[in-house]
Amino acid sequence: MEVTTAGRSRGAAIAEVVAFPGRMMRRRSHTRAQALAETTFHGTALTCAVLVLVSMTAIFVELVRNSRLSLAKFGWGFLTSAAWNPVTSDFGAASSIFGTLVSTAIALLIAVPLSLAIALFLVEMAHPRIARPVGSAIELLAAIPSIIYGMWGLFVLAPYMADHVQPLLQKFFGKLPLFAGPPMGIGMLSAGLVLALMVLPFITAVVRDIFALVPSVMKEAGYGMGATTWEVTRKVTLRHGMRGVLGGVFLGLGRAIGETMAVTFVIGNDHRIAASLFASGNTISSTLANEFTEASQPLYLSALVELGLILFVITFLIQIAAQLWLKHISHRLGTDK
Amino acid sequence: MMARKFGWLTIVALMALALTAGMAAAQTTLNGAGATFPYPVYAQWAAAYAKQTGVKLNYQAIGSGGGIAQIKAKTVDFGASDAPLTKKELDEIGLIQWPMIMGGVVPVLNVPGMAPGQIKLTPSLLADMFLGKVTKWNDPQVAKANPGVRLPNLAITIVHRSDGSGTTWIFTNYLDKVSPAWHAKVGTDKAVAWPAGVGGKGNQGVAAYVQRIKGSLGYVEYAYCLQNKMTFAKLQNSAGNFVDPTSETFQAAAANADWKNAPGFYLVLTDQPGAKSWPITGASFILFYKDQANMAKAKAVLSFWAWCYAHGQKMAEDLDYVPMPQAVVDLVEASWSSQLHAGGQAVWK
Repeated sequence: MEVTTAGRSRGAAIAEVVAFPGRMMRRRSHTRAQALAETTFHGTALTCAVLVLVSMTAIFVELVRNSRLSLAKFGWGFLTSAAWNPVTSDFGAASSIFGTLVSTAIALLIAVPLSLAIALFLVEMAHPRIARPVGSAIELLAAIPSIIYGMWGLFVLAPYMADHVQPLLQKFFGKLPLFAGPPMGIGMLSAGLVLALMVLPFITAVVRDIFALVPSVMKEAGYGMGATTWEVTRKVTLRHGMRGVLGGVFLGLGRAIGETMAVTFVIGNDHRIAASLFASGNTISSTLANEFTEASQPLYLSALVELGLILFVITFLIQIAAQLWLKHISHRLGTDK
Repeated sequence: MMARKFGWLTIVALMALALTAGMAAAQTTLNGAGATFPYPVYAQWAAAYAKQTGVKLNYQAIGSGGGIAQIKAKTVDFGASDAPLTKKELDEIGLIQWPMIMGGVVPVLNVPGMAPGQIKLTPSLLADMFLGKVTKWNDPQVAKANPGVRLPNLAITIVHRSDGSGTTWIFTNYLDKVSPAWHAKVGTDKAVAWPAGVGGKGNQGVAAYVQRIKGSLGYVEYAYCLQNKMTFAKLQNSAGNFVDPTSETFQAAAANADWKNAPGFYLVLTDQPGAKSWPITGASFILFYKDQANMAKAKAVLSFWAWCYAHGQKMAEDLDYVPMPQAVVDLVEASWSSQLHAGGQAVWK
């Protein structure tokens, strides 16, 4: 009798461990050494997390502090002035902000649809024998240093744009101011293209993983109801993965908006706001890369730091906007959890 | 993004700091920072000098502006700049400067079918092109300066430096001297508000853009023009002659320069008189504190530069630079004797 009871209770205990491992763990963590370890771990993790916030704040404070000369001199006018004259010490950020936003927009306009198409192909249509090497090749694109993209842009893409693409665009859309001016191959359009190529692997990799995570039961249910591949893709896969897709897009946006060397090579580095995509321009980070070393006057340096501050704020605002939009979208799609 | 950039800057700054701190411990290392234009010849001189004497030079080619900032912060033994400081600026910081080496800035272009030196430019024409007033290669003004040359109906694309640079300082100083319109609208600096064109990073960047863009016109250091076999333009000098950029014409410009009557060696070699003078010639300068803390170190620095003046001409010429004439070297060494002190004693005798 006793043996059986003992046996039964041991069996029950094992069953409990298997069913609720957490409960047993919690019970065991009551020993003092483990409690200490737990506290230390908790503290370390918290410190690391707080450190991120602290360094973010420190960077912001430092940027504001170092740009106070420029902040005091130009005020809000700094944001709207397109002047950039080191000789007369008259600085404005408008052309750099414009270039940053336009080049990033071009990059995303090209990269997002392409990435979605590639990811859908890899997950939904391609045979694994094709999907694997193609997937690796795209991930490899992400590993190429940005300076290589810059040199490729200058020595390969720019001449090709100048000789073939831009004359063709002018032939068909030459009346539009968007494609006016001499086809130099260097300028906003080329910069956007290089950026698109650079962010493509990031967005594709994220989106592919998201699509792969969509439960096959849901897709099969779709097909079972007689939906075509396109319908399943649009109404099941895309809808289910919307959050992740947006995450991928913002990852790409983050990379494009701060990219420096590759853009500096092909954008033309000119402080000007032009309607034409063929014209040269600049971005905040390309301006910093170009001018930081030789900015010897305090006001000049201060204006450059303020450009950095603006980039910091833009990135921050985009993050907030992204979060809000994400909330709105997931609410509407009913995938809010 | 900003975090990454600042992190990178910090690492570089720390590395530079560690480097200079480590170097300061070794007695026989001279530390300098500044202009990129003379870097190849300084490196060559330093290698030869180290072989002979064991004294090493640690020169950071971070740009003229950086050189001035570093010497002000006293992190280096000497600074180097392509743009001279005025006597007033020197006195404020307590520096002297002297010219070390000379070179030329050359307008380069990419017009299909044109041989080097085939296109001639007058000073006002060059300025008007960079002002964006003359926009086509077959403009009547260009045709007037180039009788008999078949000029294409091609837009002129100006290529300038996108980074701050001593080369730009010399080039804009020249345009400022020859064109009242340039003086009124743009002026002289290491970076200016360019009225037209695209910007390339570094001499190499400008060279690459000029070779890429048909119809372009830019300016580079002479050495880059040679290395890349670029098409240069002949320029009209102040005597009215059209000259090619060669070591000869640079030397002619230098020979006519009046260093004797230039307080603090503040002299810009652009638009110099002389039948053969190349109009856009410039010198690169060394900046040094008048009052030196360490006699041995100060002597070691001056010995190096004196050795370069005495034995470095051939190396400089091989690298397409123009060495300083002996008369100027004598003046420089006289200024060392009269102006440099360490602990109340003259450093150079």
